[in-house]
Amino acid sequence: MTTILPRKDVVIVGLGWTGAILAHELTEEGLDVVAIERGPWRDTATDFNIGYAQDELRYAIRKDLFLQPVVEAMTMRNNTSQTALPMRDYGSFLPGNGVGGAGVHWNGHTWRFWDTDFRIADHLSERYGIGKIAELQLQNWGVTAQEMESAFDRFEYLAGISGRAGNINGQIQEGGNPFEDPRARDYPLPPMQMTYAPTLFAEVTRSMGLHPFPTPSANLSQDYINPLGIAMGQCTMCGFCERFGCANYSKSSAQTTVLPVLMKKKNFEVRTDSEVLHVDLDASKTQARGVTYVDTSGEEFFQPADMVLLCAYGLHNVRLMMLSGIGRIYDPNTGEGTVGRNYCYQTNSGAQVFFDDKNFNPFIAAGALGQTLDDYNGDVLDHGPLDFVGGAGVNCIPTNGRPISTRPTPPGTPRWGAAWKQATVKAYKATLGFSSQGSSYPTRGNYLDLDPTYTDRFGRPLLRITFDFPDNDIRMSNWVSDRLEEIAKTFGGRQYVVNRRKKGWDSVPYQSTHNTGGAIMGDNPATSAVNKYLQSWDVPNVFVVGASAFAHNAGKNPTGTVGALAFHAADAIRQQYLRTPGQPLVTA
Amino acid sequence: MKKIAFSLTLATTVLSAGLALSQAPDDASKIIRGHYQAILADCAACHTAPGGKPLSGGLPLETPFGQLIPPNITPDKATGIGNWTEEDFHRALKTGIGHDGKRLYPAMPYPAYTKMKDEDISSLWSYLRTVEPVFNPVDANQLPFPFNIRLSMLGWNMINFEGGAFKPDPSKSPEWNRGAYIVQGPGHCGTCHSPKTFLGADKVDEALQGASLQGWYAPNITGNSYIGIGSWSEDEIVQYLKSGANGHTIASGPMAEAIQASTSLMTDADAKAIATYLKSTEGGPTGKPQPVSASDPHMTAGAAIYHDTCSACHGGAGKGARQLFPALAGSSIVQQPSAETLVRLVLNGSQGVHTPEAKTQPSMPSLGWRLSDQQVADVLTYIRNSWGNAAPAVQVSDIASRR
Repeated sequence: MTTILPRKDVVIVGLGWTGAILAHELTEEGLDVVAIERGPWRDTATDFNIGYAQDELRYAIRKDLFLQPVVEAMTMRNNTSQTALPMRDYGSFLPGNGVGGAGVHWNGHTWRFWDTDFRIADHLSERYGIGKIAELQLQNWGVTAQEMESAFDRFEYLAGISGRAGNINGQIQEGGNPFEDPRARDYPLPPMQMTYAPTLFAEVTRSMGLHPFPTPSANLSQDYINPLGIAMGQCTMCGFCERFGCANYSKSSAQTTVLPVLMKKKNFEVRTDSEVLHVDLDASKTQARGVTYVDTSGEEFFQPADMVLLCAYGLHNVRLMMLSGIGRIYDPNTGEGTVGRNYCYQTNSGAQVFFDDKNFNPFIAAGALGQTLDDYNGDVLDHGPLDFVGGAGVNCIPTNGRPISTRPTPPGTPRWGAAWKQATVKAYKATLGFSSQGSSYPTRGNYLDLDPTYTDRFGRPLLRITFDFPDNDIRMSNWVSDRLEEIAKTFGGRQYVVNRRKKGWDSVPYQSTHNTGGAIMGDNPATSAVNKYLQSWDVPNVFVVGASAFAHNAGKNPTGTVGALAFHAADAIRQQYLRTPGQPLVTA
Repeated sequence: MKKIAFSLTLATTVLSAGLALSQAPDDASKIIRGHYQAILADCAACHTAPGGKPLSGGLPLETPFGQLIPPNITPDKATGIGNWTEEDFHRALKTGIGHDGKRLYPAMPYPAYTKMKDEDISSLWSYLRTVEPVFNPVDANQLPFPFNIRLSMLGWNMINFEGGAFKPDPSKSPEWNRGAYIVQGPGHCGTCHSPKTFLGADKVDEALQGASLQGWYAPNITGNSYIGIGSWSEDEIVQYLKSGANGHTIASGPMAEAIQASTSLMTDADAKAIATYLKSTEGGPTGKPQPVSASDPHMTAGAAIYHDTCSACHGGAGKGARQLFPALAGSSIVQQPSAETLVRLVLNGSQGVHTPEAKTQPSMPSLGWRLSDQQVADVLTYIRNSWGNAAPAVQVSDIASRR
């Protein structure tokens, strides 16, 4: 028995960053909007209470804020010759749950992808010839950095990003990232005050002729009032960002930048603890009628709506499309079908330098307080003589000194006992870490589909991830790891170690919650699931917003680009779609 | 936008009430003036329940004498004031005697409304006639014996009540007089902010010097620069009344409601007039007491708790952050003679007001689960006696009863 609810103009699935931005934009347009969120309501004072927000055991180890596999698990395998098995616990990546989504517990690195990303296939084949990228399934995104500039700008000002511009309208700015694309204006706030480790990193790498700059941070360097009139506070550098909600209104999230205004609107409503089962299509399978969802009591509802926006985590967006019959599921054997195509991840490696005579006070930290250099990122370096494409941002961002997890010890240290204790005491304060955030480029065999065997509590097939690090990306990461090693040597510590990325993606140890692709944007409906405005090619009153739209993943954290895509889609809906509702904005 | 929406509702209610259309132009402007009187008098604060139909009856008021439920004042004949005449209404506001001679309790602030101008009362009446009639029976009188005998208010009035309109002071500016009129009359600020006699009447000679009610301490709002609002500029007072937040504090609790429904909707001129008048009033101690010594064991314990639990938001030096975290240093609210509000905030937390100028609604988290009575007392003693603040120490016994 399904209860049929009164119609809404728009139903949004998931109230995280993209859901909140789109809800705000479309309610400004006067539309009646409901967001349906699988997890609970979360608010700063009640859920990130300063008295317990920094509970490492509860949040970082026991993963209190995250999606639990009992709610939705996924299966994984490295290639099609294997049989996928369910992940019993989320490890390699940690999807969010509840209002604010993964934006609640992110670190706050806020990047703009580059024009050479958005036009990657054209750019690389023009520069190196098509043969250079033959083993990859690289595709243009259908937009340019210039088209995206205003959307990036709005997200950065919404979120109060603290950083220093490197290129304002073509003028290179001292102290910023000289390799970034032109931006119209500086960040809304100046960079955070640096702690010792990134300060030293900047000195050392600058002496090597590299170009370090302050990482653009969603941990605020100063008090701020955003364009919606919402106030945020200066970050206190408590070192509890990733895996935690911020108790101080200092980390940008839907809670701290949008919801105080959105929740007051009479034409907006959120229904929490309600899981969307599928999008309902009409008989022609070309228009969505609304969504069916179930609340915690098990009661099922049909919410009719003129538009459906999938704003859940990227992986969930892809699965919902598959469960709803929106578009055709990708087949790696034929290369046909688009939903599930170009699933990418992140290809990271890291280095640690152990000193005898330094004290980095690692507990004074913030998730995005640090220095980055892009000398080895994207296509900044000439790949002509190299056997790979892509690259990595190199980050010295000591995010925390938390007592359970931050226990660096040099190689050769016993794993337990008195010698371990001595080593951890010594290394805690005197270790500097930095890492590479490497690009992840699509191949024909890395993809998402529905698992043929395993189902969730509602009997729906689980999402199956078929992924391994492509050879190109391993060569890239190794080359960048060589650079990390050069930097590590230059620090002149007692000892250093470089952890390299190896083939055989393992879903257990944490790596990165930067799962991208599967419902990618593009200019060709044969190879992309959504058009350049994030509108489904197949069901034009459905928009699919998030990192699911990334045609590949760059050597950068995705959230800045995810936020910009939300504004980009909102513009298209407000300025174009609503004039001709239900119609495709791009004719293929 | 709001104004247009109001005019539209007005038009429909006037039509549905079937009033003579020939009188509409004059009536409409009078009704609009009456609507503004309802804002000044903040009728909705008591007579509208959260989520309820406007003015159809409110949430129970906890008085020292027992519970009263603000009645339905919509024009519904059966359960509201649809059977009242304008004379009934005028008399109720002026003397506390309602329809059929029924005596009102002074929780209905007729001791303040008595100062209202006849024309303002008349406008307010015109407006109230246009409100949607709502059938909602309210049994207002929940008081125990003997207070439930309304006739007892006859005696109360004889002792406590002085009727009559506001008398302007010709030696003061029109702005001051306007402010005094609003504060003493329709705004009925003293109903919360003036200390009460044992009979529950305002202590006239201690007007606006702070009082307890409903588990909050309504602070001193005289021009006293130590515990009043004397250290606020007129602009800062206006900013507070209009938005609920200024550099000094952020409203929450009952004042948040008053700001949302009343002061934020006042004209800038009236908010300025209130500021002018309040700044001119006097009351309370002229000098600060000697602060509790920083070496007092309760102070050192409080300092440790403060830096561990409070300083991340309120700052190491108690300076807070504009629009987000109230300053504690120099705060008159922190230094009130009673720490009742502070205890409540620490134990239960509270959410700031939402107005068009202050949208964030930051919240003080509840810390009662985490701090013992002694710790709450110590940390409050510390904030009341640090950074130039000085106020009586908070005792453990002040905490337990508030849990």
